[in-house]
Amino acid sequence: MSQEHDAVELDATGLNCPMPVIQTSQAFADIGVGETLEVHATDPGSVSDIAGWADSTDGASLREQTERDASEGTVYVHRIERVA
Amino acid sequence: MSLDGQPTASGGPTDPETLQATIADLEERLSALEAEADGDGEMVIISTKGSLDMAYPPLILASTAAAFGYDVTVFHTFWGLDILHEERSKQLQLSAVGNVSMPIPNVLAALPGMDRVTTWYMNRQMRTHDVASVEELIEVSLASGVDLQACQMTIELFGYDPDDFYDGVTTGVGAASAFGRMQTADIQLLI
Repeated sequence: MSQEHDAVELDATGLNCPMPVIQTSQAFADIGVGETLEVHATDPGSVSDIAGWADSTDGASLREQTERDASEGTVYVHRIERVA
Repeated sequence: MSLDGQPTASGGPTDPETLQATIADLEERLSALEAEADGDGEMVIISTKGSLDMAYPPLILASTAAAFGYDVTVFHTFWGLDILHEERSKQLQLSAVGNVSMPIPNVLAALPGMDRVTTWYMNRQMRTHDVASVEELIEVSLASGVDLQACQMTIELFGYDPDDFYDGVTTGVGAASAFGRMQTADIQLLI
């Protein structure tokens, strides 16, 4: 749990479909109710894929999807809270 | 149901108490069905092709469905076996012959050595675009609980040894095992 972001971070940069979703699902299994998982990915498809995954996954609530420029290109940041 | 007070064909009672009981019964059955539908889904893929391009769709779908909480079985038969064969999975080839989506005329694609060129090119593109290797997808699938099955009949037909497959692959299974899973699965695909 990083204090700065108040979320568990997952670095999925440099990975392409289907790896960001798979790693998200694995990391999400390890967080508790009320905790947030913040996934960083460079795959543009992760925006739709992680939204779809969160929509179908019990207890997963997609709070925010943003993008930022970084040295490795655009990084897509997904924040998913475990609500149940 | 009768609108004018006449008895219905089945003689079904229309008094409020009986209707109330019927509604309660239906509601109970509906909630039971909903509870059943909320359970984790099940997917079965039959994987029959052993070329580099055809190894990816079943593995990507299988590992993704597992991430969605699905119980996934991939039954590999005929050339699909090569995907699970530890040695052969690292040498899967891509041919441009008969592939109208590739910009190489058949007359050139059929030349000796051309499959090696197209395979090399595809592998290079996949690395450039950070696509996981077949081996990585197999490992991730097995780690997420996907049941990767190798058809026993084709193992024998092709003269493979069950020990040649990745650790964790299910051998000694046939069409009946696959069909048994398909009967109850929500999604069944042949690739």
